[in-house]
Amino acid sequence: MTTAARAAEKQPKAPKKKLGKVALKEERTAYLFILLPCVGFLLFTIYPLLFSVAASATDWTGMNDMVFNGFQNYTQLFQDEKFWKSLANTLIYLIGIPIGMILGLLLAMGMNRKIVGVRVLRTMYYIPVISSLVAVSILWAWVYNYDYGLLNNILRMFFHVQGPAWLSSESWVKVAMIIFMVWGGLGNSIVLYLAGLQNIPRVYYEAAEIDGANAWQKFRHITLALISPVTFYILITSLIGGMQVFVQVQVMVSDGGTNYSAATVVFYEYQQAFESGAMGYSCAIAWILALIILVLTLVNFKLQKHWVNTMDE
Amino acid sequence: MAKANAVSMPRGVASRRTRIINIIITIVLWLGAIVMVFPLIYMVFMSFMTKNQILSANFSILPHPWVFGKYSEVLQKGNFISGVINSFTVAIPVLLFGGFSSTLAAFAFSKMHFRGRKVIFFVLLSAIMMPFAAVMIPQYVMFTNIGWTDTLLPLIIPGCLGNIGMIFFLQQNAGGVPSSLIEAAKIDGCGYFRIYWQMYLPLMKGAIATQLILWFMGIWNDYLAPTIFLQDESKWTLQVVIRSFNSYYAVQSDYALIMAASVIAMIPTLLLFFFFQRYIIESVAITGMKS
Repeated sequence: MTTAARAAEKQPKAPKKKLGKVALKEERTAYLFILLPCVGFLLFTIYPLLFSVAASATDWTGMNDMVFNGFQNYTQLFQDEKFWKSLANTLIYLIGIPIGMILGLLLAMGMNRKIVGVRVLRTMYYIPVISSLVAVSILWAWVYNYDYGLLNNILRMFFHVQGPAWLSSESWVKVAMIIFMVWGGLGNSIVLYLAGLQNIPRVYYEAAEIDGANAWQKFRHITLALISPVTFYILITSLIGGMQVFVQVQVMVSDGGTNYSAATVVFYEYQQAFESGAMGYSCAIAWILALIILVLTLVNFKLQKHWVNTMDE
Repeated sequence: MAKANAVSMPRGVASRRTRIINIIITIVLWLGAIVMVFPLIYMVFMSFMTKNQILSANFSILPHPWVFGKYSEVLQKGNFISGVINSFTVAIPVLLFGGFSSTLAAFAFSKMHFRGRKVIFFVLLSAIMMPFAAVMIPQYVMFTNIGWTDTLLPLIIPGCLGNIGMIFFLQQNAGGVPSSLIEAAKIDGCGYFRIYWQMYLPLMKGAIATQLILWFMGIWNDYLAPTIFLQDESKWTLQVVIRSFNSYYAVQSDYALIMAASVIAMIPTLLLFFFFQRYIIESVAITGMKS
């Protein structure tokens, strides 16, 4: 069947230069079929992107006529303490990514054994992922409440200590955010890792066993190696997502925290655009952010050949 | 693993050790799971508590006494109901039309031949990487200029044109429809739209349904875009309404009400998840494996 299918698939491609009448009709129909998403892409992604490049070089407030001011927004950005602070916070929050990945892999390995109620367990870990981010942010703001919050109450009750002012302390707010983000994303890594683990053929472990490999060697050279594409996927998607954290901050510490200690780049961009009316300036912020994300992603793709194993090619 | 251990160790020892390890791991996993869902359970309990209990120094988990009034109070709020209606007003056309244009495009990308197929697909795919933060301001301006802000159109129209994530997923799963079948239909003189409608859609319905469910969850839980495009309270979607409860009632600290609203807001996605759990998890796992 596969050879037949392949032959059939090749067939219309054969006359490369001049398309036959049938092939031409197929092509035209296909273009029609992909038209809507392409229009959407041009209107709502490409056009806004071009527009925002242009706007980032103006003094535009959303009301006035745009006046070109070159790189002024960008040079101003480099001296803007709040921008650096929000960028630093955003990067600090990324600490949650490796924590979540390690925890996720360990838990997935546990669930990959013969354990009762794996499905229920997986569901329990996954529920935060599908929950409304606004609702759980409000919930966690309450969990972190200094006087009456769940966390400090538990600390008081079981350990007889007074917990910190989680959200108003400059350093604890970061810990609080990281814990919250790990909680929210853990289920996703577990599901992805579990799928990856179940794809590793058991024979590999048996062969290694015969060769006298110990538990660590098996983990390092089989599990970790063969799971690396999943690790790569989680890393890339969480980096792209992690650089854009906004809702959590906006809901939990709507002023950006003591001395702007909780603000992220997107939060700052949002404030500049919709509260200060500095549209051109916030377009510049958006572009710096987009560039950072692009560089992070490219670096990851470049580095992947050193540690990501491609199993099936 | 158990089998592998048996190779190097005497049988009885291995299985007993494995069993003990399994028991320990089971306990750890369950404890972790309880910690994970505990905040959410506490959220449900809070929605039944009195204000005094929530703000009391004596910490207790169970409501005492149980107060059921907050749920009807939430449901009587005009804001809340209009939020629910607005969220559905966005979700239904987007899923219907967006689902149609996405599946049609996915069909073309995986089963039809045309020049530039790979390039166009790759360019579209790169849009997934573009942060919303980079386009939100120009989009806001664009929608303001054509008078769409304070209507639900900025949330509906882009979605109706298609979802590139969904196209990508369906493209990855195109194997569900054998190309030989399509070729045979073509030879029989079947038009492409009919092939899409009568063969592609039915054969891919599982994958499509799962993607639509995930998409619905995305729309339902979306906050950033609605909060930017909608100023007028009557147009707010559910998440924006809930957020407004939080800041609005912070002074009065009506947390029971906020929690009740949050619980209701989470019911649709939780229900969908429970019913389609297997497919959703598979879908998520496949996306991660194939990328």
